[in-house]
Amino acid sequence: MNLAHHLIVAPILIPLVTGAALLLFDERQRTLKAMIGLASSLLIFAVAVALFRFADRIDGPEAARQGVYLLGNWAAPFGIVLVVDRLSALMLVLTATLAVPALIFAMARWHTAGAHFHSLFQFLLMGLNGAFLTGDLFNLFVFFEVMLAASYGLLLHGSGLQRVKAGLHYIAVNLAAALLFLIGVSLIYGVTGTLNMADLAERVATVGAEQRMLLEAGAGILGVAFLIKAGMWPLNFWLPPAYTAASAPVAGIFAIMSKVGIYVILRLTLLVFGEGTPSSGFGLHILLIGGLATITFGAIGVLASQALGRLAGFSVLVSSGTMLTAIGMSSGGITTGALFYLVSSTLTISAFFMLIELVERGQDAGASVLAVTMEAYGDADADDEEEEGGGGFAMPGTMAMLGICFAACGILLAGLPPLSGFVAKFAMLSAMLNPAGGDSAAPVPAYIWFVVFLIILSGLSALIAMTRTGIRTFWASMEGTAPRVLVIEMAPVLLLLFATMLLTVQAGPVMRYMDATTEALGATHHYVDAVTGARRVGAPGQEVQP
Amino acid sequence: MELILSLGIGIMTGSGVWLILRPRTYQVIIGLSLLSYAVNLFIFGVGGLKVNAPAILTDGVPVSAYTDPVPQALVLTAIVIGFATTALFLVVLLASRGLTGTDHVDGREQSQ
Repeated sequence: MNLAHHLIVAPILIPLVTGAALLLFDERQRTLKAMIGLASSLLIFAVAVALFRFADRIDGPEAARQGVYLLGNWAAPFGIVLVVDRLSALMLVLTATLAVPALIFAMARWHTAGAHFHSLFQFLLMGLNGAFLTGDLFNLFVFFEVMLAASYGLLLHGSGLQRVKAGLHYIAVNLAAALLFLIGVSLIYGVTGTLNMADLAERVATVGAEQRMLLEAGAGILGVAFLIKAGMWPLNFWLPPAYTAASAPVAGIFAIMSKVGIYVILRLTLLVFGEGTPSSGFGLHILLIGGLATITFGAIGVLASQALGRLAGFSVLVSSGTMLTAIGMSSGGITTGALFYLVSSTLTISAFFMLIELVERGQDAGASVLAVTMEAYGDADADDEEEEGGGGFAMPGTMAMLGICFAACGILLAGLPPLSGFVAKFAMLSAMLNPAGGDSAAPVPAYIWFVVFLIILSGLSALIAMTRTGIRTFWASMEGTAPRVLVIEMAPVLLLLFATMLLTVQAGPVMRYMDATTEALGATHHYVDAVTGARRVGAPGQEVQP
Repeated sequence: MELILSLGIGIMTGSGVWLILRPRTYQVIIGLSLLSYAVNLFIFGVGGLKVNAPAILTDGVPVSAYTDPVPQALVLTAIVIGFATTALFLVVLLASRGLTGTDHVDGREQSQ
C-alpha cells in the first residue's frame, strides 16, 4: 500500500475538489477558472494514463488485487470498493481524452454563455469517472446521479428556448430512469442481500429457483434504466433532440454519456449472468434485437436529418445500437472489435459535434433545411446558381480545414478505410463471420448475415447523409463568407481526429489490449477473487500472506 | 402491515405513472414525486418489515432482533438525491413556463 495505490481514487477526487473550488471564484474571472479547469482535466488525463498503464500490466491475482481500492479501509463486501481493471481504465482514458478538447473548445466562447460552466464540467467528469471505477451497485447509482445532475446543468448551458424544451424532456426521462434504477437495485438487494458487484456474482449462483424470478425481474428493471441511458430503441426518443440542443463542447463530452450505459451493461451481463451461472445469457437476445432496432432507427434518422446536429444525434444512436448488438451476440472476438468500435466512434462523434458548430457558423440553419427540401422537390432556382458560380477562386484556408475534418468524420462514421472506423467494423464483422478464426468453413447462421447487412447498411446511410450535407455545405456556399474560426476551436477537433488516426496506426497494440480486456471480462472469478481478496491497510497478520 | 404497505406503494405508483403521462408540467412533477415516494417505500420494504426493531448492533442481542440497516441507508440517499433532482426539475419547469408562456410539456398547446 504505497502512495501510488491512492491514484485509483484520484480521478474522482480531482474533479470534485476542483469543481468545488471553482465555485468560490467570481464568474468574471473566466480565464482563471478556465485555466484551473484545464489543469485539472490534464491532471485527470495523466492519472488515467497512469492507471491505464497499470491495468495493462495486470497479469495475475496479486496485480489484480492491487487494482482494488477499499474506501474507508472497509473490506469488501461491507465497504464500497473502487476497481481498476482493463475496461474501467480504458473508459477513464477515453473520458479524459474527450474532456480536454471539449474544455479547450469551450474556452473560445461557450464558457461565457452561462454561469458555473467549469464547475459543472468538473462534476460531470467526477460522475463519469466514479461510474467507471465503482464496484458497488448503489454507489453506481450515486455516481450516475452526480453525472446526470451535472449534465442537466450543462445541457441548459447557454439557455434558449430549444435547450429548455429539450432539457425538460431529458430531465423527466432521466428522473423516471433513476427511479427504475432504484427499484432494480433494491430488488436485487432483497434477493441476494448484497450490493457489491463481485459478491453479487458469487451469490447469484446460490439463489433458489423461486427467488430467481425476482432476481431476474430486478436485473431486467435495472437493465431498462441503463438502456434508457444508452439510447436503445424504443427508449431513445429523448436523445437526438437533447444532444442537438446542447452547446457544442457539451455535446462533445455527452458523446461518452451514452457509453456509460453500455459500459455498465457490458460489465454486469458478463459478471452476473456470465457463462456457468444458472441465469447465463439472461437478456442477451433482447440486447441483440434491441440493438438491431436501434441501428435501423438510427440509420433512418441519419438519412432523414435535415440539420447537421440531428445527423450527429442519430449517429450516437447508430453507435449505441452497434455496441448493444455486439454485446448481445456475446462472443469474445466480437466484444474485442466492439470495444475498439466504442473508442473510435466516441472520439469521432465528439469531434463531429464540435465541428458542426464551426461549419454551421457560416450559414444560417434555415438555409440548410431549405437546401435539403429543394433537393427533394427539385431545384427551382438552379439557373441562379449557375450564373454565380462562374469564377474558380481558391477556397479559403478555414474552409479547406473544415472540409478535410468533415470528410474525415464522414469516413470514420461510415467505417471506410483507411481510418479507425474501418478497422473497428472490420474486426467486428470478421469475428461475426468467422467465429472460430483461421480457415474454418463453418456455415454462418442466417441471423448473423442480417446483423452484418444492417451494420454495413448503417455505414452506407452515414456515408450518403454526410456526402449530401458535405456537398451542400462546402461546394455550394461559396458566395457566403467563410466562418471566422479561432485556432483554439479548430485544435480540439484536430486533436480528436488525430487520436483516431493514432488508433488506426497503432491498431495492433490497441487490439491486443482490447483482447486482454475481453479475456479479463470473461474470467469472472478473477474479478471476484481480486475484490474479495483485497487486503485492508494495516490489517494484522494479513501483510505476510504470500 | 405488508398489505397496507404494498397497497400504498401500488396506489402511489399507479397515480404517479398516470400523472407523468399527462401533458402539464405540474402534473409531471407531482407524478415524479409520487413515484419517488413509492420507490422509497419499496426500498424500505425489501429489507423485510419489522416493528420496533433497532438497526444498530448492541452486545448480547440475537441478530434476528434487528432490522436490516442497509435499506434505511439506501432510502436516505435516495431521498436526498430525489429531492435535489426534483428541485432542479422545478427550476427548468419554471424556465420553460417563462420562455414558452404555456405549461404544456412540449412548450406549445396541442390544439394550435
